[in-house]
Order: sequence, then C-alpha cells, then structure tokens
Amino acid sequence: MIDYQTIENAARKIMANAAIDIPPDYRQGIEDMAKWEEGDLSCFVLQTMMDNWNAASEDRRPMCADTGLPRYYVKVGNEARLTDGFTGLERALRSATALATHDIPLRPNRVHPLWRTDHNNNVGINAPEIDWSFEPDVDWIDITTVHKGGLFGTDYRMLFPGDGIDGIKRFFLDTLVAFGKRGLACQPAIIGIGLGGSKDITMVLGKQAACLRTVGDRNPDPKIAELELELKRMGNSIGMGAMGFVGNAMVADCHIEVGYTHTGGMPMSVHAFCLSSRRATVRIHADGKCEYRHDPEWFTPYMRRETVEWPTARHNEKQSV
Amino acid sequence: MANSQAQRKTVRLKLPVRKGDLDGLEIGTVVYLDGVIYTGREGVYKKVLEEGAELPEGLAELSNVNFHCSPAAAVEPDGSYSVGGVTATASFRFSKWMAEWLRISNAKIIIGKGGMSVEDYRDMLVPAGAIYLTTVGYGTGALLGRGIKAVKAAHWLEELGNAQAMWIFEVENFGPFLVESDLEGNSLFEQQGRLINANLEKLYDGLKAPALSRYGETDDRKDELI
Repeated sequence: MIDYQTIENAARKIMANAAIDIPPDYRQGIEDMAKWEEGDLSCFVLQTMMDNWNAASEDRRPMCADTGLPRYYVKVGNEARLTDGFTGLERALRSATALATHDIPLRPNRVHPLWRTDHNNNVGINAPEIDWSFEPDVDWIDITTVHKGGLFGTDYRMLFPGDGIDGIKRFFLDTLVAFGKRGLACQPAIIGIGLGGSKDITMVLGKQAACLRTVGDRNPDPKIAELELELKRMGNSIGMGAMGFVGNAMVADCHIEVGYTHTGGMPMSVHAFCLSSRRATVRIHADGKCEYRHDPEWFTPYMRRETVEWPTARHNEKQSV
Repeated sequence: MANSQAQRKTVRLKLPVRKGDLDGLEIGTVVYLDGVIYTGREGVYKKVLEEGAELPEGLAELSNVNFHCSPAAAVEPDGSYSVGGVTATASFRFSKWMAEWLRISNAKIIIGKGGMSVEDYRDMLVPAGAIYLTTVGYGTGALLGRGIKAVKAAHWLEELGNAQAMWIFEVENFGPFLVESDLEGNSLFEQQGRLINANLEKLYDGLKAPALSRYGETDDRKDELI
C-alpha cells in the first residue's frame, strides 16, 4: 500500500528536482547544438544558459524564475493500491505544490483568469492539472512534474488529409517562425507535435510529446521517426537560433505523437518546451520505496496500443483457465 | 562552434544611471548592473496609471531601472523574504502604459524579455532618453538570482500577489543583459530579424498553403506578430 505522506514527500522532491536540475538528456542536446551553432549571439545565449544551469544546481535555486504552470502526469499501475485512494493522491499533489512553492521557492504563477486572484501557492481552480494514465500488471505509480511556461510557442490548426505532409511542414515552420522571432518560444526547444485525435487530444498529445519524451527518443513507427528527424533538420535550417538571433539552433529534438482521428481531418498542434525544460519523475513502489529519474517513460506500448484487447498477464491467466 | 563570450563587449553600469552614462552604448553589448532596480509589470502599471496610486516615495531617486519580471520569492513567517531568482516577462504587452510610465517614473533603463517594437522605441523610449536591455536566454533565473543581494521593499504585495507586486532589489554584478535598443532606438532584434527574413521565402518554397485559411492571418512570414 502506498500512503499519503510518501506521495506528498516524493512530489515535493520532484518539484525541486524539476525546478533546479536541467535534465541530462536536454543538457547534452544543447551542448551538442552549441558545438555547431555558427551565430555568435545565439552561441553566447547557449553558453549563458549552460552557466545558468550550473548556477542553479550549485546554489540549489530555480533555473528559471518563471515557474510556468507546474503540473503533474500520473501513471498508475493496475495493481497499485493507495491508502487514501485517488482523491488522496490528488490532495497530496496539491499540498506538495503549495509546500514546494514556498520552500524552493517558486514563483506563485497561478491566478484566476478574470479576477487575477493569486493564492501565492500555485494552487487554484483546476490547478495544478493532473493527467492520468494506466499501466497493466505493475503495482507502482509514476509521478512526473513539468514546469513549462505558458504564453508562447504553441499553436493548433485543423488541417485536412489533402494538405498532406506539406501542410504539416508548413504549419510546423509557421509556429517556429512566429514564436521564434525575438526568442519568445525560449528556443532551442524540444518541439512536440500532436497529430490527430479529437481537437482537445491533438493539443494534449503535442504537449505530452514535447514534455514527456527525452532528447534522442524516436517514435516506434519508423516512418513517423523519419518525419521527426526531417522536421528537426528543417527547424534547424530556418537560419534562426536562440532568442531569434541569426543562427541554426532552434530544435533540440522533435517528437510526434498520433491519435486516430476523424476520417475527414488531420488536426495538428505544435508545442515548444523551453531552454529551461523542467521535468522530473519519481516511481513509488508498493513498499513505499522511491526512485527518482528524468525520463518520464510516459508513452509505453500500452499507451500507444491500437487494438481492442491488450494481452495483460491477468488476461492471459483467465484465457488459460 | 562560434566564439561566444570572448568577442562580446561587456560593461558594468552603476545605478541609478546619470546623464551621459548611456551615451555610446551599442546594441549587442553585454551589460551587468550594480545598484537598485525595481520590478513593475501590468499589476503595477494598472495600480499607478489607471487607479492613480502614488509611486512609492523617493522611487525616482532610488532607481531608474524598471525590470519587467517577477521573482521566485517567498515571504517567511518572520516577514523576511527569500528570493531564488528572477526571470523576465515579454515586454511588448506593456506598450500601452510605457510612455506615461517613463514620464512619471523617470526610468532610463527598461529590462525585459523580447524587447518592444521599433515604433515603441522611437515614440516612447528615445524621447525619454531610455534604453532597453533584454535578458539572455531567457531563463537565466539562477544567474540573475545570484546578483540580488537584498530585498529593499515589496510594495502592494498583499493586493497584487508575489508575481505582480513591485519588488525593490539591491543588486550587484546583476546580469548578463544585452543592449537591445540604444539611445537612438536602434534595435538588435530588428537588425537580426531582417537578416533572418532574407532566408524565409526559400524555406517555404514548394510547400502549398492548406485548404482552410484563418481570419486575420498574415501570409508574410517577414511580419512580426507582436
């Protein structure tokens, strides 16, 4: 059984890990980009960002004071049991958010959209967001927190099958160029693309593709993997680098996630995770042991399944009886 | 790899800046600040310029540097403050308040994210003798946090919340920033954007427009959307 206090403590720790320590995959991605970046100003920016990550880790202070919209992605093992149930888990995450906001400290960014009321703890109506997913045959829970800025770098468009790959490329470039000017997207970024699903899921998939996959990870569909690499190359050939200065460093990596969609449409979303790509994950085992890491491992084969059935161990047992 | 830091001209400015201090400062120069700065964004602008609240007493003598940002800060039970870092927010959104703000605050340096339009510089900052410094990255929250030595005051904290309050910070070797707009209103972003725009047409070559257009859409990628 996983208890409330274990979840709250672990969530506070990943809030701090995300805010302070840049994920190693992203750091490596930017270090590699800095090697071939030819724009002097863009290169100066990359160098300064690396200095900033070092300062954050050395001083244990947030790498970026814009907390963005801190939120959670929870993957629950089908066999996991929680002493306070799922609402208890939500309560623990809300509590951890408020405590971490004070203790780290994080900027209390969350306000009411109309009245601008700020509880000074990053908690409010529908905040923090908690996305849920499930995993068969295991008894752990994974909690990932992501702190991502929320104003620029994201767009949605309803494309149609006739628009084809050209339409995808064009909208991809449109979004990078529009938000890359003056560096509003805080590039070079991990670009996530959502393709298909219903419109809301298009946005969700693209966001998750940007925030929950690591630099170097490829979609298991080889043709989609190829498109990811092609778009990455394309983004890095705009002639624009960090802060919208002359250069090449725009896309640290490109991740595409797809969902079956309306037969007449091809909705697409584009999301840019930023130069302070903040994410951290904990796996809480049934005995309360916590393992911390930077790869959310969110898109499991089960998540991307396309069949009616999924051969779980329990399902197989039933079949053989 | 291009040569990043070695080539960049770097200066340190003592605050508040006096007449002549900003003369000859060129766009693209790296700047570090020593002295006192204050934060001010939509919450403060509305409070002062729309609701008519008085500026904190002696602000103009204390500091003439307005940073468009909010800190990652917490108020401790004993009333003291702990500040982790500061990160800028995009300045173009504050254009409508800027002329009046410069007039009543006598600010000479505006710091933020992404700069403002060249028209804003020409019409507001240049006549006020003010320059614009952009933060780098933009997320250099930790480096900037290191430069904050003390919180001198936090105005309207209760009413506006941590993110919108006016924080007054004592800073030392606070940076890096880049000169985005100089006293003549030359803009680094505008200069860089022009160079990048030259390549854009080629980039879209052969990619046909989608079947469904959108209202208000510009089809000229050389346009800025701010």
